[in-house]
Amino acid sequence: MNIHEYQAKEIFREYGVPVPRGGVAFTGPEAKKVAEELGGDLWVVKAQIHAGGRGKAGGVKLARSLDEVEKIAEELIGMTLVTHQTGPEGKKVEKVYIEEGADIQKEYYLGMVLDRTTEMPVMMASTEGGMEIEEVAAKNPEKIIKVAIDPTIGFQGFHGRKLAFGLGLSKDEIRPFIKFAEALYKVYMDKDANMIEINPLIKTGSGEFLALDAKMGFDDNALYRHQDILEMRDLSEEDPVEVEAAKYGLSYVNLDGNVGCMVNGAGLAMATMDIIKHEGGEPANFLDVGGGANPDTVAKGFELILQDENVRSIFVNIFGGIVRCDRIANGILQATQKVDVNVPVIVRLDGTNAEEAAEILKNANIKNIIPATDLADGAKKAVAAAKGEL
Amino acid sequence: MSILVNKDTKVIVQGFTGKEGTFHSEQCIAYGTNIVGGVTPGKGGQTHLDRPVFNTVKDAVDATGATVSMIFVPPAFVSDAVMEAADAGIELAVIITEGAPVKDMMYAKMYATKKGMKTIGPNCPGIITAEECKIGIMPGFIFKKGPVGLISKSGTLTYEASNQVVKEGLGITTAVGIGGDPIIGLSYKQLLPLFEADPETKAIVMIGEIGGTLEIEAAEFIKNNITKPVIAFIAGQTAPKGKRMGHAGAIISGGQGTAQEKMDALAAAGVYVVKSPADIGKTVSKALGK
Repeated sequence: MNIHEYQAKEIFREYGVPVPRGGVAFTGPEAKKVAEELGGDLWVVKAQIHAGGRGKAGGVKLARSLDEVEKIAEELIGMTLVTHQTGPEGKKVEKVYIEEGADIQKEYYLGMVLDRTTEMPVMMASTEGGMEIEEVAAKNPEKIIKVAIDPTIGFQGFHGRKLAFGLGLSKDEIRPFIKFAEALYKVYMDKDANMIEINPLIKTGSGEFLALDAKMGFDDNALYRHQDILEMRDLSEEDPVEVEAAKYGLSYVNLDGNVGCMVNGAGLAMATMDIIKHEGGEPANFLDVGGGANPDTVAKGFELILQDENVRSIFVNIFGGIVRCDRIANGILQATQKVDVNVPVIVRLDGTNAEEAAEILKNANIKNIIPATDLADGAKKAVAAAKGEL
Repeated sequence: MSILVNKDTKVIVQGFTGKEGTFHSEQCIAYGTNIVGGVTPGKGGQTHLDRPVFNTVKDAVDATGATVSMIFVPPAFVSDAVMEAADAGIELAVIITEGAPVKDMMYAKMYATKKGMKTIGPNCPGIITAEECKIGIMPGFIFKKGPVGLISKSGTLTYEASNQVVKEGLGITTAVGIGGDPIIGLSYKQLLPLFEADPETKAIVMIGEIGGTLEIEAAEFIKNNITKPVIAFIAGQTAPKGKRMGHAGAIISGGQGTAQEKMDALAAAGVYVVKSPADIGKTVSKALGK
C-alpha cells in the first residue's frame, strides 16, 4: 500500500525526520488559509497523487503571494496529472499540500528498500538529488552509495558515516545527516515500510537536512498491525475494478488486449497471458481467481472481465489440484447463469477429474462454451475467437 | 534417490489441528508421507489424525525424532513458528503460510541460517518426492516418478509443468515450490547442486517469474556448475511495467528483473529456454534425447 507525500511527512515528523512545515488542502480557499498560517513570502503548492514525476508534469508550483497560492491550488485540484509513473490515463488531483519555501543549498537523494540479495534493508544515497534516480542508476551507478543494514544490530554510526563520506559531506554536516538517516531507518522498520524515497533531500543554507519530498510504500502483509497506516489508505488512488476484485479475494489487473483471462494462480495467470501473446493475441487482463475457484468467484471473475468492452473472448485456464475440475466445471455453468456471458468462453480444465469436467461441459451444451484439450489448444482457440475466426 | 526428502523422512506439522493443517496433513498421510506428529500449543497430549500432538516443537522432536516440519500457522505467528523449529533442531522447515510479513521472515530466516536449518517458502506449495513423500499442498497424483527435477516459484505452474513432463512419458524425482515472496528459503542456486548430485535426476526444469534476480544468479551458477540439461520458463514475458511509486525497487535490482533479461541470461548459460509455457514437457523430452 502507498500513501501520499503529506501523510509520509506526518509520519516523518512523529519520528523526528526533519521536514518543512506544511498542510493539506482540498480547496483553493483552504490552501490560502494554510499558507497564511505558515507565514512567510514563498510557498510550494504540490499536487497529492500516488506517483512520482509530479514536478515535470506541472504538479508542483511556487507561489509568491497568498492569492497565488489560492489560484494555483484551484488549478491543480480537479486536474488530471499525467506523469511517467501514472500511465497515459493519468491521475486526478483531489488535494494539494502547501509547504513553506525552503532555502535549498544542495539537493541529495536518500532511499530505503529491501535488498533481496542480502535479505536486509538497504539505504541508498546519491549526490544526484532531484534527478531521475533510475537514470543515475543506469548511467552512473557509482554515484549511488548503498549500505545494507543488518536488522539484528540496527542502524549504527558506521552505516551513516559510509553514506555521509560517500556523499562528500563536510565535517559539520556529518552529524546532522547521520541523525536524519538513523531516524529514517527507525521509520522504515517500525512501520513495516517496503519503500521510502526522499528526492530531493536538501541541505539548507543553515546546514540543516530536510526531506523536501517523501514517498512511502508498505508491506501489505504487515498492515494488520498498523491501523494508523491503514487509515491513510486513499481508495481514489487505486483502480476501482482492482479494489472490487480484491473484495472477493481475486487479483485483477486491466490490460489493453481483447482476450479475457481467468486463471488460478499468479504464475499460471502470467504464463497464460504469455501464451496468448505467443499465439498472436493480446491479453485483456490478468486475473488470478486463487486456489478456491468456486461458483461465486468464477461468476465475479466473468463480471470483472466483461466490464471491459474490448473483450471478444475469454480463456478460462484452471489447473485443478486439491479443488476438483468437475466442481469447477459446475461452477462455470452456474456462473454463466448468473452473469450474461455474451462472448465465446474457451475452457481448459486440467488436473484432478479433468475428464469428468469435460463431460459436464459437453453435456451442458451451451453454445458459448468451447472446451480446450490443453494450454496451447486453449490459447489458440481463444485468440481465434477474439479475431472472430472460430 | 531424490533430494531433501524421501519415504523415510519423519515429518511434524506446526499448526497441525487447524483447518488447513488438518486437511493437508490428511492428504499428505494418504500420499504416504511419514507424518509422525504435530504441534499445537495447548493441545499437547491429545491425538489428531491418529498422531500425537505436542505443545512445543522441542517435545515433538524429542519424542519422534522428526527432522522436517511443515508449517501452517497463521501469518502473524509464522516467524515465531519458524524460529521455534530452528531452535528445536529441525533440519528443514517447509513454510506453506501465505501472507507472512516480510520483516518477520527476514528475522526468521536469519535465525534459521544461524541454527543451520534450511527453509522452503513461505507462500509456496511445498516439496514432493514423487510417490514417496509430499510435504505441502500440491495435488500429489500429478507427480509421477521419473528423471526430472523441478524448481518453481509458482504453484499452479509447477503442476502444469509436472503434468506436461508426465504426459511425455517422463516423471519427477523431486519438485520444490520455492515461493515468490521477497524473502524465501532455498532458491534455485541452493537446489540446483542437489539435483546435479542426485543420480536419478537426469534433467532439471526451472520455472521463474519476473522480478528479483534469483534466476540471473541461477544462470551464473548453471554456467559453471551444472552439467545436466536445464529447461527454463519465465512467466510474465508480457506483463506490463506496473504503475509504481518511486524507483527504489528498480534501482536495487540494478535493472535486472524483466523476463527478457532472465531468459537471455539463462540462454547464455546454455539453458533450454522455453518461450511458450505449453512447450515445457516437449523440450524436456528433446533435452533428454527422447
